[in-house]
Amino acid sequence: MNGYGSKAQRLVALCLLGFLLFNYPILALFNKAGTLFGIPLLYAHIFAAWAALIGLMALVVERDDS
Amino acid sequence: MLQGWIIVLTSFGYLGLLFAIAYYADQRADRGRSVIASPYIYSLSLAVYATAWTFYGSVGRAASDGVGFLPIYLGPTLMIALWWIVMRKIIRISKLNRITSLADFIASRYGKSALLGGVVTIIAVIGILPYISLQLKAVSNSFTIVLQYPEIIMPAKVGAVPVLQDTALWVALILALFTILFGTRHLDAAEHHEGMVAAIAFESLVKLLAFLAVGVFVTFGIYGGFGDLFTRAAAEPKLAPMLTPLDGVAGGYASWVWLTILSMLAIMFLPRQFQVTVIENKDEKHLNKAIWLFPLYMLAINIFVLPIAFGGRLHFPEGNVDADTFVLTLPMAEQQELLALLVFIGGLSAATGMVIVETIALSTMVCNDLVMPVLLRLRRLRLAERPDLTGLLLGIRRWAIVLILLLGYLYFRLAGEAYALVSIGLISFAAVAQFAPAVFGGIFWKNATRRGALWGLIAGFGVWFYTLLLPALARSDWLPRSLLEQGPFGIELLKPLALFGLAGLDQITHAMIWSMIANVGVYVAVSLISSPTADEHRQASLFVDVFRGEGGGARFWRGTASVPDLYNVLARFLGAGAADEAFREYARLRGRRWPEDGLEADADFVHYVEMQLAGAIGGASARIMVASAVKEEALTLDEVREILDEASQVVVYSHRLEQKSRELEAATAELRAANERLKELDRLKDDFMSTVTHELRTPLTSIRAFSEILLANPDVELEQRRKFLAIITKETERLTRLINQVLDLAKIESGRAEWRVTRVDLREIVGDTLAGMSQVFKEKGIAVETRLAERIPPVSADLDRLVQVLLNLLSNAVKFCAPGRGRIEVSLAERAGFVRVDVRDNGPGISAEDQKVIFEKFRQVGDTLTAKPAGTGLGLHISRQIVEHFGGRLWVESRPGEGACFSFTLPIETVAAAAAAA
Repeated sequence: MNGYGSKAQRLVALCLLGFLLFNYPILALFNKAGTLFGIPLLYAHIFAAWAALIGLMALVVERDDS
Repeated sequence: MLQGWIIVLTSFGYLGLLFAIAYYADQRADRGRSVIASPYIYSLSLAVYATAWTFYGSVGRAASDGVGFLPIYLGPTLMIALWWIVMRKIIRISKLNRITSLADFIASRYGKSALLGGVVTIIAVIGILPYISLQLKAVSNSFTIVLQYPEIIMPAKVGAVPVLQDTALWVALILALFTILFGTRHLDAAEHHEGMVAAIAFESLVKLLAFLAVGVFVTFGIYGGFGDLFTRAAAEPKLAPMLTPLDGVAGGYASWVWLTILSMLAIMFLPRQFQVTVIENKDEKHLNKAIWLFPLYMLAINIFVLPIAFGGRLHFPEGNVDADTFVLTLPMAEQQELLALLVFIGGLSAATGMVIVETIALSTMVCNDLVMPVLLRLRRLRLAERPDLTGLLLGIRRWAIVLILLLGYLYFRLAGEAYALVSIGLISFAAVAQFAPAVFGGIFWKNATRRGALWGLIAGFGVWFYTLLLPALARSDWLPRSLLEQGPFGIELLKPLALFGLAGLDQITHAMIWSMIANVGVYVAVSLISSPTADEHRQASLFVDVFRGEGGGARFWRGTASVPDLYNVLARFLGAGAADEAFREYARLRGRRWPEDGLEADADFVHYVEMQLAGAIGGASARIMVASAVKEEALTLDEVREILDEASQVVVYSHRLEQKSRELEAATAELRAANERLKELDRLKDDFMSTVTHELRTPLTSIRAFSEILLANPDVELEQRRKFLAIITKETERLTRLINQVLDLAKIESGRAEWRVTRVDLREIVGDTLAGMSQVFKEKGIAVETRLAERIPPVSADLDRLVQVLLNLLSNAVKFCAPGRGRIEVSLAERAGFVRVDVRDNGPGISAEDQKVIFEKFRQVGDTLTAKPAGTGLGLHISRQIVEHFGGRLWVESRPGEGACFSFTLPIETVAAAAAAA
């Protein structure tokens, strides 16, 4: 076993997704005036994406029993 | 209730509680019932990442540039997703090699080099000093501020206070004492600090709860929730730009990205993170939960940072309150004494957690990788001959702790005032990031050499020193400011903040870019031009191939040793009790008893002793000690290569062997299946033979019986004789038909049948066949109805064979129709590329079970024992073979009592099919 099973690959994919979400240009799309439920758009995006990423990581890790 | 004595008492009470927790956890660990062997405790202990920087500093940073504090937490979230690959490997390597610290890890990887270990230690200590000073600053500031209650007064400038009256100094000394009590009460062979980890996990809970309490109070107590707070901020002209903060900052996105990368590296290479993540790890599987729990912790502790920052800016619009203190000053301004006290304790938690783990990790490094290798080499001290060195080891660590904290305090006095908390911390982040190339390269790249790592580290650290540390000292006026403004000796290109003219970036991004270029560049270049020694080659292979699971390093040792010598070495560093325990354990693993049975001082044993020793004094020192106690024959590089090659040859061979045996298994399975199929065919043949002979005997019997009657009784009446002869003729015909069909079938099945394929018009065939049988229909009184489509495209088939199929189906239908009331319906249609023929009768129908078997050879509907079979039992089977030969399908649909409908389809001739047929 070399330790790079499907779990490792999924986690790497999530890392890349996170890098995409928390970077230019995606970040720039939300870097403007406006609010979502009273919270400025940029802040709402970062925290929502962050929470979603953690949720996905939990899903990948907990569903894998090996 | 915020008098000085209450605060001091509460602080010491809290520290006492921590100590009690640690003591309890240590006691439990000694009895073998660890409290920290849980993924949740492990995840909480990782949260030692959140220090006073997070607790006070994040708000300070957020108050000036909005989301700018977040990359510090987003980076680790991204990095931790890679931990299953990277960190698991580091943990596995560290456990197998008994690594005690980050310096030990790097030194071990590059041939157990004491020099490299020393350099890493020095870089770590110098690099971390700003970070420790940050904690001291935060604790002493918060203490001073709370004391002024109910006034809110910022602490006096450092430097204005004499050293002995400076709270920060006392904080440093108290923390040093506390850390010594915590981490260096006794010497553990595996460098585990269970009590410390338990206390750290508890501290993580306290700081999180304290921060959430302030957050909820500010957001929902002072203001009317998130919406209200952000609406008010938006209305404030000074605050409004912070809602879209990435626009205004120069190089906003670049600095964002670099901060993310920087913190990705920091979460792995800060000495305290390495300590809790790797050294204190009880079980690799704990990583699973930590991978999402730790990011969740960071998310939770950051939710209220922005609300508190905006709340503070709105509450203190004059700007006379330092944003780094909003967490504390907001509750104070609202006269929430209890909350303010909780915040103070939370901040204390955050700071003490960091200081304790960091200084313990650093003191281990200083002792094992800096001081001991030097002392052991100084022959004048004759250290190697002293009977017990445990006291010396503990002494070195204790003094190292005091020294590191005092240096931290010194940095605070020198440079602490010029920067905000976060900026101070980032300087340390950039320093530990220098370890990244050596470690990542070390675990994935076998050709990386000791020299590459050494010079890469020195180059990276040099650039860090020049671009970050010097400017920090210059800004605090300890160095001439002209250094920053005009460059050294007036050389513009060498300005520390705009090296080689690279301007327009923030200080951290600028330093990271240059230091990483220098570090990685030198590391790779030197590695490529230098060749590794035997030791390096061996260690590289052990580290990079750790998951291949090939034994330990014992294979690489050759020499002679004696058991008493090895015992003495171990006892000197671990104490006699621990040495006895280690020897007993080794003997137990080999099914022996010690000292009753003797032990052999073979390579395995020497390796075991070295690993035990490495746990206490680090890999490099352990190597020196063991080498002094045994007579070792040095292996040459070629010999090491040979051993490695042998090992990999064995792996290759065993892989091949596995593959061969898998192939063999597959072949066996195939053979078995083929054999089964042959047996089945043999059985079918036997069945066929017995059925055919049975079928032949029936008509033969009756022919013979009637012939004998005629022969024996010449005077049989003419009428009777004619009847008998008719039977004989009929049976002979049946016999002929049967034999013809059996021959036919044999031809078709063996593929030797002759097919005369032509373009055939089915309309014509159906018409001709029906016409041919019209006499039969008339005799049986059967009505025939036809429904033939006007135009049917031709199919390519053998005309005679098709007639045979149709005849078979029609005569079957006739057979089963009740005479006089029979009705047969023949239809012909074109559908989806096929021509379909249906022959429907109104006979008794066929049950579902019979439908399954009527197409098999010699299977007829009805009980063959009682009723005389009405056919040979081959017709339908042959018909199906014929239809399938032309790419069609023959099947039956029927229900008992409702007649049966036999249908077959044939594909319409296409160009390709016509070509194939020709």
